[in-house]
Amino acid sequence: MYRTYKDLPSEPVAFQSTEDIMTGTWRTIRPVIDKGKCIRCYMCWKFCPDMSMIVEKEGDYPYVDLDHCKGCGICSNECPRGAIKMERETL
Amino acid sequence: MIDMMNANHAAAIAAKLARVDVTAVYPITPQTSISEKLAEMVQKGEMDAKFLTVESEHSAMSVLIGASYAGARTFTATSSHGLALMHEMLMWAVGARRPIVMPVAARTIGAPWNIWGEHQDVITERDTGWLQIFCENNQEVLDTVLMAYRVAEDPEVMLPIMVVEDGFIMSHTVDIVDVPEQDRVDRYLPPFRPKYPIDVNNPMRHGGLVMPDWWTEFRYLIHLSQEAARTKLVEAEKAFEEEFGRSYGGLMEYYQCEDADAILVIAGSAAGTAKEVADRFRSEGKKVGVAKLRVFRPFPAKEVRRLSEMTSTIGVFDRSYTFGDGGAMFNEVRSALQPGDSMVKNYVGGLGGRDVTVKYIEWIFEDLLKISAAGKVDRVVEWVGLKDGTGRW
Repeated sequence: MYRTYKDLPSEPVAFQSTEDIMTGTWRTIRPVIDKGKCIRCYMCWKFCPDMSMIVEKEGDYPYVDLDHCKGCGICSNECPRGAIKMERETL
Repeated sequence: MIDMMNANHAAAIAAKLARVDVTAVYPITPQTSISEKLAEMVQKGEMDAKFLTVESEHSAMSVLIGASYAGARTFTATSSHGLALMHEMLMWAVGARRPIVMPVAARTIGAPWNIWGEHQDVITERDTGWLQIFCENNQEVLDTVLMAYRVAEDPEVMLPIMVVEDGFIMSHTVDIVDVPEQDRVDRYLPPFRPKYPIDVNNPMRHGGLVMPDWWTEFRYLIHLSQEAARTKLVEAEKAFEEEFGRSYGGLMEYYQCEDADAILVIAGSAAGTAKEVADRFRSEGKKVGVAKLRVFRPFPAKEVRRLSEMTSTIGVFDRSYTFGDGGAMFNEVRSALQPGDSMVKNYVGGLGGRDVTVKYIEWIFEDLLKISAAGKVDRVVEWVGLKDGTGRW
């Protein structure tokens, strides 16, 4: 998009959505949801700081947007049923 | 309209004339009467601005950065510990390219406690990227605030500006000030129109993360803007002179400098004292001059080098000190000079509210003339008026 400093906006502003930035590559551990334990309370959805816990419609099980989840583990920490385990990423 | 006022009131009235939209000021000596005057004018309805009461200087600067993003013309003022507390957000204002204008009533920073004037607080913030302009008198403070908005908001600059007045010597001393008419100020200073205002219909991200691949380039843009400001400051002053008939010599004012045997580089109110002494010396046939260092950032290196064409001997007066090195103004003057240029000596004084008197300036000029005649600097740094028991002072 930009080649030299002359192409940059005169102020540090970004016009693209943060959705275009694949922060999922930063992750070293990933949340894995155990549907057997999940009660669909959506606390994980509420607490995720990156809106990476997706609930398509009420009543559905949540799933993780792995393109953006940085693996912070807040969802796992907040889950009242211990239904989210953080598993190490492997190559 | 000719009026009598101190530099703090001159600064506040300048903010009103500039039609500032948002102001947030946390009180600190000796700046406090700027915030009081603003509050009074807003409360009386004389000034159509939002006056936000904040819990610290850090918050004051943060508020202004946000307000400026929204398109508001913003104003605050501070001194000393307040400026130091603001430090983080001073850097942010530069990186975010917000054209905030802020008078600083320059003062010491403790410990021990001392509320009086010197330039240490301002000098300590020289590397933030703010433009820094030192004023000599109350009129210059009012005029410089108006010029500062014109330069800061220029699309090629978009950087914040500190307008420095000496604590107490100017902030609390009443002098004659010609207050310009509103319609003339409006003619001189168009409304602020930011290029990237916060707009729900045109979403964009401000203050996000810049990775190593582009950080250098954003820093380089700030460098280019500081360079552009050199010309913009001179142009803004020229336009000011055309409208109001007053000017201050651009980045560096040369006073009695032609064919001088010695020139003293000096900033702030003490420049006025030095000019007075230079006049007396000239009337006695002693050729001395004064170079008023008006703009400290961007540093007028070219203008300093011109001094070398006019004299063999340069003295630099610092009202602050960089420990382990020397006066900041001195070191910058010295680094602007090249091998074979003038001899240069540092005078450090006027600290913690100690007056820079006619007697001190006379001593400095005599000392510089001795150096000029001898062709040799006796010592690099002279602490003016130091009680060292030797009787030198």
